[in-house]
Amino acid sequence: MAIESRADDEFDVAVVGGGLVGVATAWGLSREGCRVVILDEGDRAVRASRGNFALVWVQSKGLGLAPYAGWTIRSSNAWRGFSDLLKQETGLDVSFQRPGGFHLCLSEKELEARANVLKRLHNQPGIVDYKTEILTHDQVKAMLPDIGPEVVGGSFCPLDGHVNSLRLFRTLHAALNARGVTYLPSHRVEAITREAGEFRLATPHGEIRAAKVALAAGNANMRLAPMVGLEAPMRPERGQIVVTERLRPFLNHPVVTLRQTDEGTVMIGDSKEESVDPSGLTIGVSATEAERAVRQFPLLANVNVVRTWSAIRVMTQDGFPIYDESQTHPGAFTVCCHSGVTLAANHALTIAPMIARGALDASLVAPFSARRFHVQAAG
Amino acid sequence: MFKRLAEKGPAISITVDGKPVTARAGDTVASALLGAGIDHCRTTPVTGAPRAPYCLMGVCFDCLVTVDGVGSRQGCLIPVREGMKVETQLGRREAGR
Repeated sequence: MAIESRADDEFDVAVVGGGLVGVATAWGLSREGCRVVILDEGDRAVRASRGNFALVWVQSKGLGLAPYAGWTIRSSNAWRGFSDLLKQETGLDVSFQRPGGFHLCLSEKELEARANVLKRLHNQPGIVDYKTEILTHDQVKAMLPDIGPEVVGGSFCPLDGHVNSLRLFRTLHAALNARGVTYLPSHRVEAITREAGEFRLATPHGEIRAAKVALAAGNANMRLAPMVGLEAPMRPERGQIVVTERLRPFLNHPVVTLRQTDEGTVMIGDSKEESVDPSGLTIGVSATEAERAVRQFPLLANVNVVRTWSAIRVMTQDGFPIYDESQTHPGAFTVCCHSGVTLAANHALTIAPMIARGALDASLVAPFSARRFHVQAAG
Repeated sequence: MFKRLAEKGPAISITVDGKPVTARAGDTVASALLGAGIDHCRTTPVTGAPRAPYCLMGVCFDCLVTVDGVGSRQGCLIPVREGMKVETQLGRREAGR
């Protein structure tokens, strides 16, 4: 990717963070005609965008914050158009599919707990109905013929889907490059000040100036947000993924813990550990993931595992997104969330235009302000 | 394409896709395939391009074959045994086979 000379460059928006949230937002800003610079860390950055599970997922989202369900469905519905736009620009197909997805249960107790979660979710005032239903073993088997006898049932949501997220990441970078967006790796932002109506971002390679700033640096938003009078309380979490060799297609629907990619590999994941170390791997966690996968789909028993990895989830303290604009530093925004793949369409097509206009649309994103973390200030 | 420098060692009988192939004790599966004139051992899972043993030292993973029913084994790291059943792999493996 080209690194252009920055002398005397002035940008409309500096996007801090070159992961999926940052590049989706930057792409949307470029579509709005903004002159955008992306400030990224180097190759050794802790980057969820290279380790995620790649679901575009709806079911389960919104328990505890009903508007999050509607926000997620908005992105799920926008995803097809988003991927079409990317294909038009780059010729690359990110393999978005929305065949509906499953959450599978291996005991009556699990199924009962699952049904209770969905009931509590649907009973919230103002919740959007997203048509998730509980299915019996036989109903699941009609759609997933290879499930094992231990699968007692599960939940199905027709809005769930998945994508090739590494290709999505590459496609967005290719689109940005073609649009002439300036991408600056190894530009870790050390300080942000606002002087004479513009933001100055200090990096090891000099100062970048921009009229607006969008903080999209994942867990690092916790460090950056206070520099512009905002806050982003985070609690990073480690997940592990097991990947098999490429197999002939056998799984027509993604499962929340297991999916077959467009190129044939099966990804198995969804573990959660309190850790910020992306270099370690807890073997017992991988073993449990693999064991449950084989109970769900016994034909996986003789399949070779080719990779396992751990990655650090971007996670806000309550798990819901944070979108904010600064009162003390007008023009500074946070774009912060766990589900950077699912919400990519929203970030590109809804959040970016708001930032380009200079104000968040409260009717859409007011529930996601970090003010919710302060009981007195919320409301 | 390949010929042996010397026909040393006792003959070992294996099958490749059901057809008898004579190897030599000490051969790896990959070298036995090359010695028998089998010019590719698999096709790739994504594009279907043919692949043959290449590095012969466990690095390139191009010599993947099914050995005695276990898929995607590295042929260059497995010595032949009498009666071994080797199968070439076409594209993606079928799980549960």
